[in-house]
Amino acid sequence: MIIENTNKEYDVIIIGGGITGAATARDCALRGLKTLLVERGDLCDGASGRNHGLLHSGARYAVTDPEGARECISENKILRRIASSCIDPTGGLFITLPEDSLEYQAKFIQACLDCGIEAEAISPEEALRLEPAVNPALIGAVKVPDASVDPFRLVDANILDAVRHGADLIKFREVTGLIKEDGCVKGVKLGDSEIRSKQVVIAAGIWSARLAEMGGAQISMMPSKGSLLIFGHRLTRMVINRCRKPGNADILVPGDVVSVLGTTSDKVPFEDCEDMKATGDEVSVLLQEGIHLVPALSTTRIIRAYAGVRPLVVADSSASGRNVSRGIVLLDHEKRDGVKGLITITGGKLTTCRLMAEMATDLVCEKLGLKIPCTTALKQLPGSHKRKGGKDPVHKRAAVGRHGSEADMMDFSGKGAGEIICECEQVTRAEIEYAVKNLGVRTISDLRRHTRVGMGTCQGSFCISRVAKVLAEVLGTPEKAQELVDGYLQERWKGMTPVLWGDTLREAEYMHKVHRK
Amino acid sequence: MQETSISTANLEQCLKCNLCTLVCPMLAVNEQYPGPKKAGPDGERYRIKDPEYYDYALKYCLNCKRCEVACPSGVKIGDMIQTARIKYGSQSKVRSLHGLRDWTLASTDFVGGIAATPIAPVANGVLKTGVAKAVLHGTLGVDKHRTFPAYSSRQFETWFRKEAQAAQSGFEKTVSFFHGCYANYNYPQLGKDFVKVVNAAGYGVKLLEKEKCCGIALMSNGFAAKAARQGRINLESIRKAEGPVLTVSSSCTHMMREEYPEVLGLPNEDVKDRIMLLTRWLYPKLQSGEIKLNFRKDFRLKVAYHTACHMQRMGWQQFTIEILRMIPGLELTVLEPNCCGIAGTFGFKKENYGYSQAIGETLFAEIRDAKAQADPSVPFAVVTECETCKWQIEMSTGIQVINPVSILAQALEDR
Repeated sequence: MIIENTNKEYDVIIIGGGITGAATARDCALRGLKTLLVERGDLCDGASGRNHGLLHSGARYAVTDPEGARECISENKILRRIASSCIDPTGGLFITLPEDSLEYQAKFIQACLDCGIEAEAISPEEALRLEPAVNPALIGAVKVPDASVDPFRLVDANILDAVRHGADLIKFREVTGLIKEDGCVKGVKLGDSEIRSKQVVIAAGIWSARLAEMGGAQISMMPSKGSLLIFGHRLTRMVINRCRKPGNADILVPGDVVSVLGTTSDKVPFEDCEDMKATGDEVSVLLQEGIHLVPALSTTRIIRAYAGVRPLVVADSSASGRNVSRGIVLLDHEKRDGVKGLITITGGKLTTCRLMAEMATDLVCEKLGLKIPCTTALKQLPGSHKRKGGKDPVHKRAAVGRHGSEADMMDFSGKGAGEIICECEQVTRAEIEYAVKNLGVRTISDLRRHTRVGMGTCQGSFCISRVAKVLAEVLGTPEKAQELVDGYLQERWKGMTPVLWGDTLREAEYMHKVHRK
Repeated sequence: MQETSISTANLEQCLKCNLCTLVCPMLAVNEQYPGPKKAGPDGERYRIKDPEYYDYALKYCLNCKRCEVACPSGVKIGDMIQTARIKYGSQSKVRSLHGLRDWTLASTDFVGGIAATPIAPVANGVLKTGVAKAVLHGTLGVDKHRTFPAYSSRQFETWFRKEAQAAQSGFEKTVSFFHGCYANYNYPQLGKDFVKVVNAAGYGVKLLEKEKCCGIALMSNGFAAKAARQGRINLESIRKAEGPVLTVSSSCTHMMREEYPEVLGLPNEDVKDRIMLLTRWLYPKLQSGEIKLNFRKDFRLKVAYHTACHMQRMGWQQFTIEILRMIPGLELTVLEPNCCGIAGTFGFKKENYGYSQAIGETLFAEIRDAKAQADPSVPFAVVTECETCKWQIEMSTGIQVINPVSILAQALEDR
């Protein structure tokens, strides 16, 4: 359950409420370990919530990193099974433009097939029939099993499953130190309080380096910033990629009701990681490149720009034997640095989160002297269970679209429960109540991550006061509604300022006029 | 970097200000209807993602376009909703009784072609009886309060060809006339009035080579493909026609100008500017002195002008109002632009009757009031360009409603 503090001693404490930590907590809990996950802010607040939401088929890596590609296709198939509610099986298209080469396309198809990824070449005419919005100048196209995945829902589903299997969750508390006794990590310090455990797993993305250092281990990491743009509606049905060596702005993903274009890739200093913003230059690069993929991007409203940090680990000679993949980095700090009780799991991709969790949990079990098989690939995640047939009432459909079978846990029976509070994203009061109760929501930004409140066209301009009122009521602090609004709007401005022209500028003026004091 | 924003029906221009929500007449009386913002741009993003998000309550949209008039961002909300109904709503089938009713209400050419013949007096008589109304109400779901507009035993086209066509060659200049179903099948006098006014203005009248119903009723009742077929025939005829193509009905005009391209996907840029209501064409010519009309000295009438929804969407009411003001002996009140609630065939369906009347009540009250305040020695009438508004207002207030073209004809000196 979600707790504030505890005296309990755990088998394992996981630091980080992103997808890696969430999946690891789930695996540990399913194997019966006494598990605690600690997150300094809200779930999915780091790189896990700042990416494309692309379920890789592996095709993108087939030429340059066949190992990573094989991991992707294997995990792609597993996630489609266990996390169907988080995945929209859109399929993907790799298009070849006149400035690219059909030789590369042939090499690409062969590399995909070698990795076990279905890759079917189709004619440019067929590609335009499937996706009328792609660049009509294309000279070749390949269909691959890419898909769109909702990273927020995937994190939530893993957390819910972990908690329902006995794991505890502490949110909004930062790990300030590690408990060390005789060179051995024995738990974590959260300011004044200490929580003890037999093992600590660091799954904190780019912040893993700092945490490892608290335990006396060194990880050499390199923050790599990636910026993305969100366009107002879906321009394509499929994920669209450029068929060439991976570069800037060459993926467009239809994510939920929007289109996400990305990314850039730039080294940034560690101090920038706390407050990631897309810059005007990055927006220019994204647009310039993106319009080669889908020309309509040059005339489609951009709702906002955002950026995340890839936790890249600098090549490490002492990496453990399991860690043969270039992507996933599992560090056994006992072996590597002589720090017992400490493990770091990082690198990897959203698509391979389950595999990363399995690798980390296998090592935890090994350290605890346990032999318990991993079952995460066999069991469905909350939300992905089969639902009863029949059409849902209109006010419930968006919630079902987001949460799958979990929507049936929402209480639509009360008065006003089905009332739509956020209109762009059709979020009802019942969904807000569910998120507060099950996912420990405190602010509107938290609510946004767990429901899509305020993620739509108006970015909250129209509905956010209504959202704040409902949230403040549900939290039992009705007097704090205005405070919630103010905090939220500052955060929205951040994403709107780099794209402040056209309709988004008009929206910003409208937002300003509605909410100025 | 991005210079223009382009999206279907201007979806992305929506700021979510909800001005459309405030003016929607249906939302005010029917809480099952999501309102123009939710049904339009909000819903559209979800429908693009997955047609499963289509909400059948969109059937309540009157297609009055008041949302589009209110929108400060130019979002074509009404068009978006109409298009969604065609694209995602199940297409109407004739198989069920309600389907048969919808088809009958929508197929104005077919039904008019049978009824507006020498059998008309019989058909009219039967349709007026309580028994027929009860049967229609109980089986087909045509509301019992409604009376079908009477059919004429001689169609306007027949009259024109026999009685008026020959004289038209005496005019040097010519306009083409899209008469519409109402003037042809129900009330040929309106067509005759049109010919009288145009001739008095010094122009001859030509009919189109082939005229079909504009298709508005087919489109609203889920027979979009058939509406598009008829639209293509009309546009072809209009392309071949001489001079401006003038009309007397605001809804047909709006359909051919706006909904052909936006909803039915029939491009009409080449002819759109030539399709207009008689008053829209006439006013600038009267004002410049190019056309002079001789009005009777003894004409006396008090009228209240009702701006039909589609008239308001086109923004042409002022042309009619100014022409009415030129008529000596005519006293004019302009009513607030409120929807009458009938929305073409919508109000004929028994499940919609209550909504129709609730929406129209504000307008009806204003009309009753205007009549009560008028000098009882002067005849009183409501004026509007829309025939379905006419039926609704006449049924609901008992006050006669006249097309402005007929008013003009009545006010002119007989030559």
